[in-house]
Amino acid sequence: MNQLPVRWQSARVARITQLTPRIKSVVVTPSRPFRFTAGQHVDIRLTAPDGYQALRSYSIASSPETAGTIELAVERLDDGEVSPFLHDILAVGDEIELRGPLGGHFVWSRADGGPLLLLGGGSGVVPLVSMVRCLRDAGISVPMVLLLSARRLAEAAFHDELTGLARKIDQFWFFLSLTREASSQADFARRIDAPMVSEVLRPLPSLPAHVFICGSNSFVNAASDGALSAGIPAATIKTERYGG
Amino acid sequence: MAITRGFGGRKQPPELADRIPPGQHLENGFPVLSAGPTPHVEPAKWTFTLKVGPRPVKTWNWAEFNALPVTKMTRDIHCVTTWSKLDTAWEGVLIDDILADADLVPPTAFVLAHSFDDYSTNVPFADLSGKAMVAVRYEGRPLERDHGGPARLLVPHLYFWKSAKWINGLQFTERDEPGFWETHGYHMYGDPWREQRFAGD
Repeated sequence: MNQLPVRWQSARVARITQLTPRIKSVVVTPSRPFRFTAGQHVDIRLTAPDGYQALRSYSIASSPETAGTIELAVERLDDGEVSPFLHDILAVGDEIELRGPLGGHFVWSRADGGPLLLLGGGSGVVPLVSMVRCLRDAGISVPMVLLLSARRLAEAAFHDELTGLARKIDQFWFFLSLTREASSQADFARRIDAPMVSEVLRPLPSLPAHVFICGSNSFVNAASDGALSAGIPAATIKTERYGG
Repeated sequence: MAITRGFGGRKQPPELADRIPPGQHLENGFPVLSAGPTPHVEPAKWTFTLKVGPRPVKTWNWAEFNALPVTKMTRDIHCVTTWSKLDTAWEGVLIDDILADADLVPPTAFVLAHSFDDYSTNVPFADLSGKAMVAVRYEGRPLERDHGGPARLLVPHLYFWKSAKWINGLQFTERDEPGFWETHGYHMYGDPWREQRFAGD
């Protein structure tokens, strides 16, 4: 594949919103706007006065149909170097360096069709939210299931929006699993396992053509083992592991 | 270079500064990354095949492969997702020793590594000879499944996606053929000291 280099550019912080106690939405306006595919990420580069640079990747949460701005969702890692800066110091109006779009594997566009199974653990839901928003904006009929696993309801980023979209979109189903709290809003109260994957597959007219799994390594391993035991071929499963 | 308002950065220990490439940070854990489900590869079903183009030259089973000379290597490793881990200790079979056992003189300058999960990655032979191994042990223990067990390629001086997990063979190719990530926008060579993360870097 012959590709043009993806250059660094400056982006202005347009909006910062606390989504959960640990996750903030950061909306930026790149100086040179670009098209992307749902599931892709950008790299952020911070530069200290002594020239030291720190680089991290963040998945894009916004819809590919949204022009001009990019929404990222950043989980604060207490012992991290970049996420505490993005949470505690970054302010609207600041300029940061960014490049993208990056990543050509964990991606879905409307041309890829469905049915689609999306399994997200914690902040691993971010690239999956971009796929659901893509479905919303593209006005196409692709059967899509999203299962979000979080510790507590307050930590389930995008929960309200996903619940609302499931009511609005005929072919979209949203399931919530909470691992450390009982709630009437949760469909499951345990870690992801094979029976849970089988159950959330039920609304789909057939086995999914594409499966996207994103979260911690332990979540991804449990979710992909569940998908495999539900009869989904390994070749249709794409994974992204956070914390790496 | 645009300075980011309010960013000081975490100070790298000065004695390690010349071991951590630009844009990388020190990691003490061992993060796991992979593009698909983690395959279950039992040693009883494991094989390793050396090929020239489409032609198999030699295949080893697990016992035969483990009878080859074992070399220990302690190296720093660098993942393109920006973590670097220092002094990682590996044991395995040098690529040179695999070729010697097959009586194969390198027929081309280019190699594709292949894995049980259909992953592949390209490495020039010059970067394998004397520098790389098929690792079967990490920190004195059999290599864990999450980290590529039972066997992975180890090419420590290139970004770690070149060190293919769950390896099942090496294939000499006529040209430098892109592997999995290389066809998805990542750099053909992947030198961390030149920050060759993506095509065009």
